[in-house]
Amino acid sequence: MTARERVAGNVASYVDDRTGGAKWMKKNLQKVFPDHWSFLLGEICLYSFIILLLSGTFLTFWFDPSMREVVYEGAYEPLQGVKMSAAYASALEISFEVRGGLLMRQIHHWAALIFMVGIVVHLMRVFFTGAFRKPREFNWIIGVGLLTLGIVEGFLGYSLPDDLLSGTGIRIAEAIIQAIPVVGSYLSYFAFGGAFPGLAFIPRIYVVHVLLLPGIFLALITVHLMLVWYQKHTQFPGPGRTEKNVVGYPLMPVYMAKAGGFFFIVFGVTAFLGAVASINPIWLYGPYNPGQVSAGSQPDWYMGWLDGLVRMSPPLETYLFGYTVSWNILIPGLILPGIMFTGLALYPFIESWITGDKREHHLLDRPRNAPNRTAIGVMALTFTLVSLINGGNDIIATTFDLTINQMMWFSRIAIIVLPPIAFIVTKRLCLSLQRADRDLVLHGRETGRLVRMPSGEFVEVHEPITPEKAWLLTSHEQLAPLELPEIDGAGVRRPAAIRNKIRNRISRAHAVAVPKATETERRELEGHH
Amino acid sequence: MKRLSRLRRHRAAGPVLLIFALFTIGTTFQVASAVNQENANVQSRSAAIAEGKEIFLRGCSSCHGLNAEGQEIAPSLIGVGAASVDFQVGTGRMPMADMSQQAMRKAPVYSPEEVHALATYVASLAPGPAVPGDELLNYERDGSVAEGGELFRTNCAMCHNFAGQGGALTQGKYAPTVMGVQPKHIYEAMITGPQAMPVFSDKTLTPEEKLSIIKWIKSAESEPQLGGVALGRVGPVTEGLLAWTLGIGLLIGVAVWLAAKAR
Repeated sequence: MTARERVAGNVASYVDDRTGGAKWMKKNLQKVFPDHWSFLLGEICLYSFIILLLSGTFLTFWFDPSMREVVYEGAYEPLQGVKMSAAYASALEISFEVRGGLLMRQIHHWAALIFMVGIVVHLMRVFFTGAFRKPREFNWIIGVGLLTLGIVEGFLGYSLPDDLLSGTGIRIAEAIIQAIPVVGSYLSYFAFGGAFPGLAFIPRIYVVHVLLLPGIFLALITVHLMLVWYQKHTQFPGPGRTEKNVVGYPLMPVYMAKAGGFFFIVFGVTAFLGAVASINPIWLYGPYNPGQVSAGSQPDWYMGWLDGLVRMSPPLETYLFGYTVSWNILIPGLILPGIMFTGLALYPFIESWITGDKREHHLLDRPRNAPNRTAIGVMALTFTLVSLINGGNDIIATTFDLTINQMMWFSRIAIIVLPPIAFIVTKRLCLSLQRADRDLVLHGRETGRLVRMPSGEFVEVHEPITPEKAWLLTSHEQLAPLELPEIDGAGVRRPAAIRNKIRNRISRAHAVAVPKATETERRELEGHH
Repeated sequence: MKRLSRLRRHRAAGPVLLIFALFTIGTTFQVASAVNQENANVQSRSAAIAEGKEIFLRGCSSCHGLNAEGQEIAPSLIGVGAASVDFQVGTGRMPMADMSQQAMRKAPVYSPEEVHALATYVASLAPGPAVPGDELLNYERDGSVAEGGELFRTNCAMCHNFAGQGGALTQGKYAPTVMGVQPKHIYEAMITGPQAMPVFSDKTLTPEEKLSIIKWIKSAESEPQLGGVALGRVGPVTEGLLAWTLGIGLLIGVAVWLAAKAR
């Protein structure tokens, strides 16, 4: 034992004697994680969140969340002498006078965009592989909560500088609040501390943005990760992988190195974007003034689909008992997003109700093997994508020489027509892929070699696939649809007959599959070849 | 007489007479040349009108009518003024390339002299806004950037975007970018209100305010890309696009590489 090792050992036992951490460390450092690139998508979110905390803390050193009116005397010449809020002036100061301030602002904003992109991509992975199934429903709900909070946090963040674009966004938020029947105008007065814009809003959303929501984020992310730790990570099926084990590499040293390295890469990519690509150039927008608005005012992308829904909404209003109900804002601004987020959060329970499957699942599905779920996911994505595209309709119209009216009508029709088409096409594609898998197992791989038989017939030589591959393609289970009784033993209709009938029908649609190749079929065909 | 002849021999007589003679000759010449100048002006103006009319008949009358009275497909040009012609033809919008939603800015078809002749001809039909002279357009001296920015955001940004990059209007019409436009043409656009644009009369925006707007546009035009690549200065749409392509693309690429190396 060298002197250095002795010193290290002494320090370690000193700490261990007082904390008892060695046993815990030993157990947890050996924890095994499965390896797949898509399991790193959640890490992108975690690391962007850390970058957001670090860069955001830097920004708070100079940002002045006040709506006090000041006359700008700073370094940016085109605004010198213009009246603006102290918040906007300090955001300009961060951009032009604080060393590294503009870089930090841009890193913060790019990290926010990548945080939200990461959440959506991670959510897509979890959804399409069925990782939300028992026992992970709670973690799924926490994830949906993080997505929702991320949208709100991002919106508040780009509202803080009090530039023309952010003020326009707050104005729209105010309109959505006011569209809530009965209490809307009271809520709006409550949120803004009086009439829009007032003097209270920026200080209020500042506290929510830098204290309240980050605190909730930290708590939720901690629980999210602890649940992953406790429930173990899911894995794709493969040789030796079962519902009862985890095949992968230990945290120490493999994942320590990989995850640590990946953090720096995420930081690097974000810093690279912050260094080379302009984001939210507030000095060009000018200070907020309720009398001004810019063409092509857009929210950040994660709000863009909501803006797109509002933009395509027809002018529907009803006049009820002396009050106007603005369906044109209420439906796209609150009702549709409400339905979508609730549906998203409840999906694990809906699916288990449809399949009647209450077992734990730690092995992931290939998306093609759950055609109905995959089709529902693609349908929801299509809906969101159509509304996101309509959110940028003016930019798209000028870029591609289209008319904004055509864009709007396209979106109004597409948002109703395209999602069902996407559902049908995706389900068909999944079933076709299942059929291709079945062919591959039964007939082997096409080699492209043609052989002429003595009879003159041409035959393509098929090569059998490896047993591992064949196992992979047939290991998934194909659930039979539910068959709930509609009539009880005495021949009387059960009270829940109608409900059971509906559930049976949905379950049948959900269980549609191409029967996977069985061992018997395979043996039989082997005799042929 | 005696007195006169005495004065004639006075010491100062020579210089006084010389000055008097020079003054007389000078004044006479001045008057004569002014008359000449006026004649020349009138002559060059009528020449310009004649040339302009010729160009008009050749290039414009098929749509605007032989006497610029307008037809179903094109408006009357009587009373639109020289400024309007200078803007529409000088920025290449007229003659139109095709009958689309609105005339596009393109390389001018006519030379500056021909544009001047056309403008003079159209202005001769009925009075209208004149082409602003260089002395009026001294925006560097008479304009203020900060005020121009405020005025631009109040009056122009709702169609032309916060950085003057242009934006979409209804039915395929659009507000074009104001970047790279000559100060004269920006001024003319404000006083004549081409296509979907409203007229900003001197009561709405005084000439000084117009110059401030021009000064701000020129300052935005020459502003370096402060935060890095400007991404078109159209706001969050291009930013989101970059995050969804380059940003997440790079990160997923690295994730695939990290997971692949372990095998």
